[in-house]
Amino acid sequence: MATKTKKGIQFPLSKAEYKEQASKYRPKRNVLQNTFRAFWVGGTICLLGQIITNIYINFFGFSEQDAGNPTVATLILISVILTGLGVYDNIGQYAGAGSAVPVTGFANSIASAAIEHRSEGYVLGVGGNMFKLAGSVIVFGTVAAFVFGALRTILNMLWAG
Amino acid sequence: MSTSVATRNRLSRQTWQFTEDVRIQATATVVGPKEGEGPLGALFDRVYDDMYAGQDSWEKAERILMEDAVNIALEKARLKPDDIDQILAGDLLNQNITANFTAENLSIPLMGMYGACSTSMLTLSNAAALVNAGYANYIIAACSSHNATAERQYRYPTEYGGQKPPNAQWTVTGAGAAVVGIGGDGPRLTHATIGKVMDLGIKDPFDMGAAMAPAAVSTLMTHFEDTGLRPQDYDLIVTGDLASIGYAIAKDLLQKEGYDMDKVYNDCGLMVYHPDQEVFAGASGCASSATVTYSYIVDQLSKGLLKKVLVCATGALLSPVSYQQGDSIPCIAHAVAFEGGK
Repeated sequence: MATKTKKGIQFPLSKAEYKEQASKYRPKRNVLQNTFRAFWVGGTICLLGQIITNIYINFFGFSEQDAGNPTVATLILISVILTGLGVYDNIGQYAGAGSAVPVTGFANSIASAAIEHRSEGYVLGVGGNMFKLAGSVIVFGTVAAFVFGALRTILNMLWAG
Repeated sequence: MSTSVATRNRLSRQTWQFTEDVRIQATATVVGPKEGEGPLGALFDRVYDDMYAGQDSWEKAERILMEDAVNIALEKARLKPDDIDQILAGDLLNQNITANFTAENLSIPLMGMYGACSTSMLTLSNAAALVNAGYANYIIAACSSHNATAERQYRYPTEYGGQKPPNAQWTVTGAGAAVVGIGGDGPRLTHATIGKVMDLGIKDPFDMGAAMAPAAVSTLMTHFEDTGLRPQDYDLIVTGDLASIGYAIAKDLLQKEGYDMDKVYNDCGLMVYHPDQEVFAGASGCASSATVTYSYIVDQLSKGLLKKVLVCATGALLSPVSYQQGDSIPCIAHAVAFEGGK
């Protein structure tokens, strides 16, 4: 029974005790199921990319190397359309990293922010917020590319020398 | 020992007793499509089947929900906006814009209040106190939340494909309003317990139920201690939006402290939606407690099917800045006691 002091009721648990107690109630995430879903959805997106690449190679005369860019553009287009139709977030809830990691997830993060902030106008709304989520991917992607690019150049120079 | 001095109105520094015949004159609830499909769907006064409620932004839609709720409540109470002294209102958006713009349209003097999802009982308890003290004849207590505006405020764009964990909650799209005044035959407001901010170190903003449970427990224990009432003196005790995880934590904590919550305790966050409506752990938002209290609970009290009800609205007082800066989630809960009408 809690004791009534002049400060009123005292909460029966300390922060550490409560954290430990509360964690017992948290539902466990089904890691195996999530991994499987991410695997098959992510894999299917990659398979779709391969099919698109083959179409560009076989029907439009692209070389294997040149087919990469139009394939990415096509996947982005599909993802943006699905985002606009309100479908991609449902896929994301099901697939998790499976639909977040491929380029389609990157496109979704940009398109969803653009749609979300449309009501605040084109310049400060769409333009200013489009890269709200994708911005850090671009920043750290560029930084990582620079670091590894520099490392590679230095290693190449040492090898050559 | 100022805290031990009890007067007729002041039972402690946290609990008020309303000594006049303060009653709910009328209530109204307006909700969005998903809530309309829920188990309480038929009890809401208006259900919009479109998240935009015919507006061009979700923020404007939320204002329509609140304005409709106030207007319907006024209609049911057979009062005009001019009869109302003040409106006490709040929502979840920055600078309380839903309440501000709605009060402008209604041209009723406003006291904007922010208690996150506890705003429903924060406004109602203050309305009752002001009416009880004679500062107003009629006051409206109102609050609202909207799933899409809350997602924008606190989380990610609505169409963003991030995966939410099973302990996440679904913000209710809706608004509730109550007209409070002296006399009539509606449910009586007997007590209010104002909560303390409780922070037990939970940092995950998807873990609202666990973060808010201690605030509910603290306010409920204080209420029982101050009033001398026991949980079994009530026919129903509800918390605002603890949802499945927070509900279980709060219930077990109270049981362990010797409060028998068995059979009388429920959570509004578990009452708004059917379990198969894909809302993760349950409902959240100001409108969770407001729409359940101002529809189902007031209805049951008016019909005499429930005699005594305690509503303890829970709120997580975080901001996107505070949690990104690594702060844990401060939470609060305010309780109001209702007694059947007639």
